[in-house]
Amino acid sequence: MAVLEFIGSLVLLAGALFLFLGGLGLYRMPDTYNRIQAGTKATTLGTLLLLLGAALMVPGWAVKLLLIMLFLMYTNPLSSQVLARAAHRAGVPLTAKTKHDALAQDAGDLT
Amino acid sequence: MIALPLAAVIGFGLAAIAAAFVALVTRTTPVAVIAAGLVSLFASVIFLVLAAPDVAMTEAAIGSGLTTFLFFYVMGRIRREGGNDQ
Amino acid sequence: MTEIVLYIAGALVAAAFVLAMIRFAAGPRAVDRVLAFDVLTILSIAGIVIAALVGGRSIYLDVALVYALLSFLGVIVAARYLEGGE
Repeated sequence: MAVLEFIGSLVLLAGALFLFLGGLGLYRMPDTYNRIQAGTKATTLGTLLLLLGAALMVPGWAVKLLLIMLFLMYTNPLSSQVLARAAHRAGVPLTAKTKHDALAQDAGDLT
Repeated sequence: MIALPLAAVIGFGLAAIAAAFVALVTRTTPVAVIAAGLVSLFASVIFLVLAAPDVAMTEAAIGSGLTTFLFFYVMGRIRREGGNDQ
Repeated sequence: MTEIVLYIAGALVAAAFVLAMIRFAAGPRAVDRVLAFDVLTILSIAGIVIAALVGGRSIYLDVALVYALLSFLGVIVAARYLEGGE
């Protein structure tokens, strides 16, 4: 029992660290697309790890926590993709370090 | 050493005031709608910390979900239909 | 030991919260603010789970479930509106 709680607290700390790194990337990244990447991928992984650690620490709550994890896994990548597409269509400029814009190339090929 | 719930309430209250200030000084309407939704979200977290989970659930669903949805839906309709049909 | 772990995790989440709040206040475009709204909602879910672990109340997790649905709805609606130009 204590072993499970120890593993759970380690996973929970890793999740909190990923959440902090996501917030740092949201503050530091140069343009909107990099901010979307840092702000959604890192925070999704951090939240999933934190909920998994909580489920390991308190096994009685595991069903509810797994339900929240399922919802986050379905909805979070979808919202980030819709947000990035909206930014690209609204004409948000890319940073000067960008090498390749595949979405603009695809849109040019289609029309 | 102040208690943890009091610190959480003070922090979320300051964040709600900051979001309300953003909603006040911004020049674009969508940002104001998002900031108002954020104020409602922080108020919901404050209700939760003050041990009222049902009130927090209602506040999150109505204030932060339904109001934002209605504002953006109506703004999209107005933009699509010209906005000057009496 | 569990209490110390929860306090450290809460401090990390609070630091990320402050950074995301700065991005919300200073974001140059509306998309940045919608993104900051999304991240703040996810951080609120993490904070609610930590609060539930500290307080030992499982009813808080229902509110976290409502939040997980709401952030999706608000971000989708706002992004659909912003697609047509700012």
